[in-house]
Amino acid sequence: MQPIKKSITMGVVPLLALLSGPLVWSATTATAANSPSTGLTNIFAPESTPAKSIFDFSLFVLIITGIIFAVVFTLLVYSISRFRATSANASREPAQVYGSTQIELAWTIIPVLIVIVLFLATARVIHAVQDARMPATAVEVTAIGHQFWWEFRYPKLGIVTANELHIPLSDPTHPTPTFLLLLSADTDHSFWIPQLAGKTDLIPNHPNRMWMDPHRTGVFLGQCAQYCGTQHAKMLLRVSVDSHEDFAAWVRSQQHPAIRDEQVREGRRVFETTACINCHAISGTAANGRFGPDLTHLMSRITIASGAAENTPEKLRLWIQNPDAIKPGSLMPAMKLTDGDLDAVVSYMQTLR
Amino acid sequence: MSSDAMAIPNVQIESRPWVEVLHEWISTVDHKRLGILYIVYALFFLVVAGIEAIIIRVQLMRPHNDFVSPQVFNRMFTMHGTTMIFFVAIPILFGFANYLVPLMIGARDMAFPRLNAFSFWLTALGGFLLYFSFVGGNGLYGAGNAPDISWWAYAPLAARAFSPGHSSDYWTIAVLVSGFGSIGTGINLIATVLCMRCPGMKLTRMPLLVWLNLTMAGMLLIVITPLSAAQIMLLIDRYLGGHFFDAQAGGSAVLWMHFFWIFGHPEVYVLVIPAFAFVSEIVPVFSRKPIFGYPVMVGATICIAFLSLSVWAHHMFSVGMNSYANSFFAITSMMVGIPTGIKIFNWLGTMWGGRIQFKTPMLFCIGFLFQFLIAGLTGIMLASAPFDWQLTYSYFVVAHFHYVIVGGILFALFGAFYYWYPKITGRMLSETLGKWHFWLFLIGFHVTFDTMHFPGLLGMPRRIYTYEPGRGWDTLNLIVSLGGFIQGIAILVFVWNLIISYFKGERAGNDPWDAWTLEWSVSSPPPAYNFATVPVVASRRPLWDKKHPEDPDSRYE
Amino acid sequence: MSAITTPFPEATGAWSLPYRGKVAMAGLIIAESAIFTIFVVAYLFYLGKSLTGPTPLEVLETPIFFTICLLSSSLTVHFAGRSLERNNRGTFLSLWSLTILLGGLFLFGTGREWHRLIYEHGFTVSTNLFGTTYYSLVGLHAFHVTAGLVMLSIVLIFGLAGRVGADQFRRVDVLALYWHFVDAVWVVVFTVVYIIGR
Repeated sequence: MQPIKKSITMGVVPLLALLSGPLVWSATTATAANSPSTGLTNIFAPESTPAKSIFDFSLFVLIITGIIFAVVFTLLVYSISRFRATSANASREPAQVYGSTQIELAWTIIPVLIVIVLFLATARVIHAVQDARMPATAVEVTAIGHQFWWEFRYPKLGIVTANELHIPLSDPTHPTPTFLLLLSADTDHSFWIPQLAGKTDLIPNHPNRMWMDPHRTGVFLGQCAQYCGTQHAKMLLRVSVDSHEDFAAWVRSQQHPAIRDEQVREGRRVFETTACINCHAISGTAANGRFGPDLTHLMSRITIASGAAENTPEKLRLWIQNPDAIKPGSLMPAMKLTDGDLDAVVSYMQTLR
Repeated sequence: MSSDAMAIPNVQIESRPWVEVLHEWISTVDHKRLGILYIVYALFFLVVAGIEAIIIRVQLMRPHNDFVSPQVFNRMFTMHGTTMIFFVAIPILFGFANYLVPLMIGARDMAFPRLNAFSFWLTALGGFLLYFSFVGGNGLYGAGNAPDISWWAYAPLAARAFSPGHSSDYWTIAVLVSGFGSIGTGINLIATVLCMRCPGMKLTRMPLLVWLNLTMAGMLLIVITPLSAAQIMLLIDRYLGGHFFDAQAGGSAVLWMHFFWIFGHPEVYVLVIPAFAFVSEIVPVFSRKPIFGYPVMVGATICIAFLSLSVWAHHMFSVGMNSYANSFFAITSMMVGIPTGIKIFNWLGTMWGGRIQFKTPMLFCIGFLFQFLIAGLTGIMLASAPFDWQLTYSYFVVAHFHYVIVGGILFALFGAFYYWYPKITGRMLSETLGKWHFWLFLIGFHVTFDTMHFPGLLGMPRRIYTYEPGRGWDTLNLIVSLGGFIQGIAILVFVWNLIISYFKGERAGNDPWDAWTLEWSVSSPPPAYNFATVPVVASRRPLWDKKHPEDPDSRYE
Repeated sequence: MSAITTPFPEATGAWSLPYRGKVAMAGLIIAESAIFTIFVVAYLFYLGKSLTGPTPLEVLETPIFFTICLLSSSLTVHFAGRSLERNNRGTFLSLWSLTILLGGLFLFGTGREWHRLIYEHGFTVSTNLFGTTYYSLVGLHAFHVTAGLVMLSIVLIFGLAGRVGADQFRRVDVLALYWHFVDAVWVVVFTVVYIIGR
């Protein structure tokens, strides 16, 4: 058994995996199909101050651990190749060394120093991110986690929406960060948009706070990160970072009450006389339920079922008729409408811009 | 596994009816038999939990796969985690501890043989209960089946409101019952080591395996019990209308987390410390040198035991504790890496200047050293709280802890199998099959768990039964799954080796490895009474003193 | 497969190790202390956090008499052990029976307290956080008292049958150690529930 060969294999295999990872990853994204949930959720591509602080800090940690790895790895490889038993020396026992106080001291003190340095950096970033003060220009959002969707309220703007968050771009010279208050209506959830911030949990009876100040416009993806039940996997997040003008326009459209289109009167009637109103709310109608998402501006969203399907009439129809086909185990019941009623309701939903 | 001490020539030994043999095994209180029962039990569940892992990996091979439903997937990862921790790792380590500790201290059995048997059967009952849930778990409204609340069973998901039926109760009671068995073993090990050592074996002359199992046993007493307490509270909530974790009544979900992780973090040290014990016995023998820095190794282990009790909330960095609490747990988590690193350096120091023989036990221990180093370093990354805010609950964490448990603990266990199988059965395991096992498993392990870090870095959370395409996770998940199949094949090679060598393996004498601790002074397998006369020792390596009377250890200690 | 083991140097000097019964009971006590600690932590954490329902001050009555019973039983069990060591079986049996009686009285007291709380105040484990933590903590302790009484009774039965003599005093002491632990836990529970909690 050639120890050098073995040590190379044991070292090279992880190194290759480490190096090939990024290659494979970039190849994958190049050929990815385009869907609303396509896109990177890479923690090493920060676009907001909390994520950037974490990223810079993580580089520091990686460098330190990388150096430790290189040193110890080299020593291990050296020891198993240099001190292997050969036919020449195998018959004699080597010198029986029991220990050395100086060496023990050395390899105790050096790690202690490393830990001190690492800890100081850690504490600084913890404080910077967690204890940031909320400026007066901040947008305040209350996020309430549900099984298996996200409720977003903008208390100062009088907006209630679901699953897709719109927040304004934050210019570093005139910051307009978004501060979120995180609550939960049922089990534990976790809000994670890797490019914008580290994750923070939503726990019932335990309000949490986090903030983001995105530095460019665009769509950022994420999803629930704390196992919350059957459909934890499809509790997706979509954050649209808008320019100030676009954000103001979005706010205005969300503040409007529901559009009342007489052409879909029949659909609205079906909606208001079915169990839909037990769970859903549409402003200006009898529907006042809080168990499910607010549908007042359903058509302003790109996806339905918290990202599980695209917001198209076909998918919407399927969702109402048989939610288990899209998200088995979600708490939306199959509504068991007749085809006529179903078409009417879907047409009505299509007008809720 | 005959308990004959002597093979008397020309005398025919009658083969006994199988019922009698079965009865002997079921009613045994012999620590060696119980050790074997624990190990065989654990190996069975290793295969079962391994199949659960394969199911998980097949489902995740590509996005939007429909190999299993979300409900089944959630049961699979719950059962995989629960089984591996409580019905594979704990029993297998107890099995080795049971077998080896009395032999290594020159005792004839554990301090309380009947308690020993009782502890084993409690653990066995726990495993049976957990798996009975597949059959009996249907409760209210037909909801139920195997538990699907994850092995942490976080509140409020585990509450009646969100987990109707009985599946969660099977989890709770199975783990609770086996927890009591673990406490029994802990008590037994402590009493054995403190009260049954042979003359001359002062605490400072015990083999490191005995020291480390003593430390583990002490930890068990105060580590398993918080989980037992929390589970009793959960049962009170679910059955008596209690409000321990009921948010509606002002209860706290975070309290469950604290109680669980006060158990959960030290628990992984309970698992890894016996693995350290194996490495500390095997590396010296195959380097032909004593362990470097014996007192420091003992001290570092005790430090780890104490420090590990102070780090638990690093599993809760994203839960919303204030910055002072987060900083505290960050530094304690980093600090526990110091004595752990010292141990790696001491193993390095043992090999340094030695004459290393690359037999299968040593191959696995060398694999352990490289992999535990990497696992420890990703642990430091996770201890750095802000970095953890991105990494926690993602596949990076899953990769990290599998690196520790599979790359570290399981590799050390494989080393222990190859090292002590000759002592237990009297036969050597095949070196050829052993090398096949090692290389196949090494490759499969790295293909899976090196790759697994990357989906985590790319934002893939854990415990999801499917994922969206186009996030860069697709090919990575496929690779991870393929590595799992390779590991499965390696395990089959290992099981085959265990079976075939029992019948065809080369006969081992007392001491096939030219080792130095007391178990190698008796026959393979040892007689039922272990030692004909109770040994007396004068150093840490009694057999070295015997073999090298011109240069005994007792001169240098 | 030779049974002849390699010979070892002769033993020199005395070699004595602790009594394994005591060590094992110490281990059990440590483990049980950890369980009780978790319940005490939950009790203290939830003090004042109940959203509704009675508070400790409103419903609890300090069980001074029954506490004295239980704590005295530690004395009686200790002296019972000493009597047995001197092979004074008669005294041993009397003191041992007194221990059981005192422990039984304590349980009776707890039962009476709970009866009053449940039937006069409608206060149960599901009433509020205080109810859950109170009944769990006191109940866990009472369960340990019960288990102890069962063990003490078994020894009493064997003692009355003449089977317990001076040779068994060490084993009896192990059980007495458990009983002391149960009393010590009560001191903690009493302090937390009836002194700090109110």
